[in-house]
Amino acid sequence: MSSTTQTHPELSAIFNKDEARVEWHDETLWWIRQKRDKAAWTIPEWEKLRDTASAIKDNVLSNLHEYLLEFEKKATEKGIMIHWAADAMEHNEIVYSILQQNKVGQIVKSKSMLTEECGLNEFLSAKNIDVVDTDLGERIVQLANEHPSHIVLPCIHWKKEEIGELFHKHLNTPKGNADPQFLTNAARIHLREKFLTRRIAITGVNFAVAETGEFVVCTNEGNADMGAHLADVHIACMGIEKIIPKREHLGVFLRLLTRSATGQPITTYSSHFNKPIAGQQVHIVLVDNGRTVQLGRESFRNSLKCIRCAACFNTCPVYRRSGGHSYHTAIAGPIGAILAPNLDMKQYADLPFASTLCGSCSNVCPVKIDIHQQLYKWRQVITEEGYSPNTKTAAMKVMAATLSKPALFNFAATAGKWVMKYFPFMVGNKLNPWYKQREMPAVPKESFTQWYKKNRHE
Amino acid sequence: MNSREKILAAVKNNQPALQELPQVMYAEAIRYEDRYIQFTTVLKAIGGTAVEITGTKEIVDYVNYTFTSHQNFVTTIPGLDGINMLDEKLDPHVLENIELAILNAKFGVAENGSVWITDEEMRIRALPFICQHLSVVLNKIDIVNNMHEAYRQIGNNNYEFGVFIAGPSKTADIEQSLVLGAHGPKTMTVFILV
Repeated sequence: MSSTTQTHPELSAIFNKDEARVEWHDETLWWIRQKRDKAAWTIPEWEKLRDTASAIKDNVLSNLHEYLLEFEKKATEKGIMIHWAADAMEHNEIVYSILQQNKVGQIVKSKSMLTEECGLNEFLSAKNIDVVDTDLGERIVQLANEHPSHIVLPCIHWKKEEIGELFHKHLNTPKGNADPQFLTNAARIHLREKFLTRRIAITGVNFAVAETGEFVVCTNEGNADMGAHLADVHIACMGIEKIIPKREHLGVFLRLLTRSATGQPITTYSSHFNKPIAGQQVHIVLVDNGRTVQLGRESFRNSLKCIRCAACFNTCPVYRRSGGHSYHTAIAGPIGAILAPNLDMKQYADLPFASTLCGSCSNVCPVKIDIHQQLYKWRQVITEEGYSPNTKTAAMKVMAATLSKPALFNFAATAGKWVMKYFPFMVGNKLNPWYKQREMPAVPKESFTQWYKKNRHE
Repeated sequence: MNSREKILAAVKNNQPALQELPQVMYAEAIRYEDRYIQFTTVLKAIGGTAVEITGTKEIVDYVNYTFTSHQNFVTTIPGLDGINMLDEKLDPHVLENIELAILNAKFGVAENGSVWITDEEMRIRALPFICQHLSVVLNKIDIVNNMHEAYRQIGNNNYEFGVFIAGPSKTADIEQSLVLGAHGPKTMTVFILV
């Protein structure tokens, strides 16, 4: 979806120019992380719940072929039309063909990260289709001609005064009014008109049940339901990994999803679409777009367990301080950094390096994806394939050579100390990316080796 | 090969050896000493209102007192005096004018304050989303502890559409300020029949 050639460090540097904003962004997301903690602590069996969810997803990935066939059969029996899309382009073409068959040029769409991943909005607008995103946060970024910076909180990087200004321009709200209640109501009125007049609604899918052929969509706003129940045609787009085996498994995932995401006990609406309304068309587009490749990568297949709660975003010290757009991909954050290189290792080679590997992401993940370990593994794969960021590669090579030869290491350590003492600007300059935002430590009087030689007891 | 065959072949080829499906954890799941108190506490916390009643007359009195427009009230529950029964043949778009909808709920869930409603209760799917205010009626004994019990209750019921609704429609997309009434109902009242 992104045409930018800028890397995560470069884009973060732009975000970091406004320090007060970074601070605000960081604190807002940390507050959500804390709400997640409080919600998790109300459930004594929380860890067992995570284990169960993770094990269900392990089973899904190991039996996906059968579950997809079962889901297709059950859904088809109910009159739902199933489409299969190998990649983003085919997904977009399928959606477009349904619009054409129904002679519809204006649609509403609720939140679907898959359609973001596939660049559906750009594709359709190039064909003169008017797509209105109906999630409030998504509508805000859409009006601003931007992409979501967060998968659950699409406009988390926007301030209310800026949204007031945006609505003044597009929705004719009074200039200077930045009251969230007022602005939300303005959007409600603006979007009700769209819900009532558009004949095709697109939604995402949170879970699709193989056993029954039904699918579940979760929202707080009610926008997926407003769109789907008022439309003649409902198109639901999903990645093939969204399948779960049985209806009873929804209990496990719905308990985890929103507590992990925003700290709510459950979303306001968890809608189970089992059979089409009489006379309504329901289409499901099952999308691969690299997922089968990721399934075959043993080290990375666990990333397909993701239920898109964004807990890993909210806890990540790098995400909180660099903003979602610095990831230059539809799904930002730690999970995005392990999904994106699968799609294009060269374009997203920088993302697995956008992490401190602190492991906080893995600790909050409701389905126990080993996110930080996968980030570490991607770095190795990317370096082996020759895609690692240039400055890092050069530094790593010098370090590897130095560490492998004790005499050279001793010399380097002494030399380093000497340089730091007499020529600190040689390390503390703009050519050394590590020095950005950091102070160099005071130089010790002696190195550890020197200290050890003096103090060791024979 | 078409895309369906290609995808299925790739899945089959790349999926790892079968891993066993775990048991859903009924035994370990949280239970509450008083499910009613837990349910009403959570419901309030998520922006809903709980009203304890002993008979349906109290519902009529309450809504007439609270929703002062007194117009466009609709219900699918027979016997609510003075409140129109929903005409099931209506085009859902005209429900845009509904001020208040009153529906039965099949059961409530203590751990998250939600109620389970299917097409059987709503008759027209758009109804509980498009109305300005939503009220549901729940029997006090029909409150389960947690979502595992909820799905056990649902079993293999062949509803056409079902939804857990937890409080009024809401958003916090503008600077994380909670606003009730995003696209759906601005309030949600749960009448609990004791």
